[in-house]
Amino acid sequence: MKPFIQLTAVAAPFDMANIDTDKIIPARFLRKLRTIEKGYDPWMFYDMRFDADGNEKPDFILNQTPWRNTGIIVAAENFGCGSSREGAVYAMLDWGIRAVIAPSFGDIHYANEIQNGMLPAILAEEHCAVLRAQLKATPGASLSIDLETQTITGPDGKVYRFEIESVFKERLLKGLDDVGLVLQELPAIEAFEKRHFAIMPWLA
Amino acid sequence: MPQTLFEKIWSQHVIVDKGNEALLYIDRNLVHEGAFHAFGALAKEGRKVRKPRQSLATADHYVPTVGCDKGLANVIDADAREMIRLFEENGANNGIRCFGMNDPQQGIVHVIGPETGFTQPGITLTCGDSHTSTHGALGAYAFGIGASQLKQVLATQCLWQKKPKTLRITVDGKLGAGVTGKDVILAIIAKIGTAGGTGHVIEYAGTVFRTMSMEGRLTVCNMSIEAGARAGMIAPDDTTYQYLAGREYAPKGAQWDAALGMWRALPTDAGATFDREVTLDGGAIEPTLTWGTTPEEALPVSAVIPDPASFADANKCAHAESALRYMGLKPGTRLTDIEIDRVFIGTCTNGRIDDLRAAAAVLKGRKVTVQGWVSPGSTQVKRDAEAEGLHRVFEEAGLEWRASGCSGCAAMNGDSVPAGLRSASTSNRNFEGRQGKGARTHLMSPAMAAAAAITGRVTDVRTLA
Repeated sequence: MKPFIQLTAVAAPFDMANIDTDKIIPARFLRKLRTIEKGYDPWMFYDMRFDADGNEKPDFILNQTPWRNTGIIVAAENFGCGSSREGAVYAMLDWGIRAVIAPSFGDIHYANEIQNGMLPAILAEEHCAVLRAQLKATPGASLSIDLETQTITGPDGKVYRFEIESVFKERLLKGLDDVGLVLQELPAIEAFEKRHFAIMPWLA
Repeated sequence: MPQTLFEKIWSQHVIVDKGNEALLYIDRNLVHEGAFHAFGALAKEGRKVRKPRQSLATADHYVPTVGCDKGLANVIDADAREMIRLFEENGANNGIRCFGMNDPQQGIVHVIGPETGFTQPGITLTCGDSHTSTHGALGAYAFGIGASQLKQVLATQCLWQKKPKTLRITVDGKLGAGVTGKDVILAIIAKIGTAGGTGHVIEYAGTVFRTMSMEGRLTVCNMSIEAGARAGMIAPDDTTYQYLAGREYAPKGAQWDAALGMWRALPTDAGATFDREVTLDGGAIEPTLTWGTTPEEALPVSAVIPDPASFADANKCAHAESALRYMGLKPGTRLTDIEIDRVFIGTCTNGRIDDLRAAAAVLKGRKVTVQGWVSPGSTQVKRDAEAEGLHRVFEEAGLEWRASGCSGCAAMNGDSVPAGLRSASTSNRNFEGRQGKGARTHLMSPAMAAAAAITGRVTDVRTLA
């Protein structure tokens, strides 16, 4: 997995709370295979991006010139709630978004971002609101994120400290794969199974 | 030290505790067609499924609910056909027991888990689906995961997890006539919000849940994720044991007795503390439905659509404005004046036999005025319902009786609601586009959906004598 260390990129403000994963990628696209040549980017925010005829909706932020190269989303409460579909992460990553800054995330989506080397940065709503207002006032402005110091530098140079659990931070910084981390504990797992299934053999 | 139900299961499954995270053992894992990403990644990494017997697979998201008896080759939607084929192939290649499209035990993953007894009290259970919270109704710690973590469970039977916080929701009192598990959980979500349970495991406690049927409990736990919770749980009791006894995967004979002894020790100890507590008065809950585009935008059937300006929170106000635009509704409208175009009864939320009985009891001897369909939660539920003659009640009322699957809840198999049309649905999500692009969803109980089918508008089922 690609490590996440620092990122400076155009940031787009998403004011709406509760952006669910059905919005990030509608269910009808989840049947698509994801390959290196054909990613999930065409389906990202599909019904917000395109009208019924497949034309871009000009009012959707990522369709507007200053935000076409967005790499960071600054969202409101409960980003990525709802369905567990990891396709939501694939779609954003394949489109070029590598970090979401929000006051809170849906739990499963949060884990899915971590698993794919994408940063879910938790920042208080009052600060997210300031950043969103600044990004709207200066379309195409960039933010800088430094994971080691857990800081976000705003368009005005103001620095904010965001929250992330130390274990997730380490995984992102090093690009660690969870399966490898689990298999390091294989002897402990096997010993556990021996005890566990001796007591509850019907579960084995 | 007194422990909660969740803490007991957690501590019994921790293999390595690093303080800020723990390696958690996963007893059982459920698989559906969406697992193709996980199987693909396993193959690419050259890994094998470590404990195939601890997984069980069923086709649900993409199976057609009409014409599926003609076999896979005759599934019209080529993409869906390929998803089901790939699913059956992945199951077979990895040695996982797999209920394919035409298997007599096929059903929605969250219906067949409890139905086969694969889900049991005290276990940890995962599935690559957010509604895995359902299984907590039997006193399991069950939670949804994404494709990467599903790959890990298949490869290792373990997950690194941060211990969630605990939230107890106590609902005491007695539910009124016509008030069901669905109404209780919608009332809870309306109170605590769609992010009200984020980072928490909910335990539902109080007389309302103690006296609730297993089906009702499954409905309540199913929608825990709609409150943002990691999982929902209800302590096992005699209702649970009676439900489980004799089911295929349930322990038998001396093992059943041993299991029962362990299960009886699971309920939360007196004096155990939770990180948060919420209480509701069960007697005050009315039949409840959603009016907006998030499950927290729910109200009792006697209410009127709120004015977004009445919300103190600016984000909630903005959400309500956007929701009303999408739903084509105006503030001040009585919920019972909302006209309905489609009715959908089924899903992992409300597709069990009790749910179908409740809908049939309302529909018996009446005719519907709108199009709609009933999709039983599993092929076993379908057989049970047919043995009771429920299918005839639905058909005589004018609803279609279909096969089992996720159907119009995820609308991934083609069962969708056309744009602009309004659906009374027993499913779990009223998100924009969830039942089809532009579809307008009102979530409600099976009895309320049946009542709406008869009158063609949102109807308080208690007024239909």
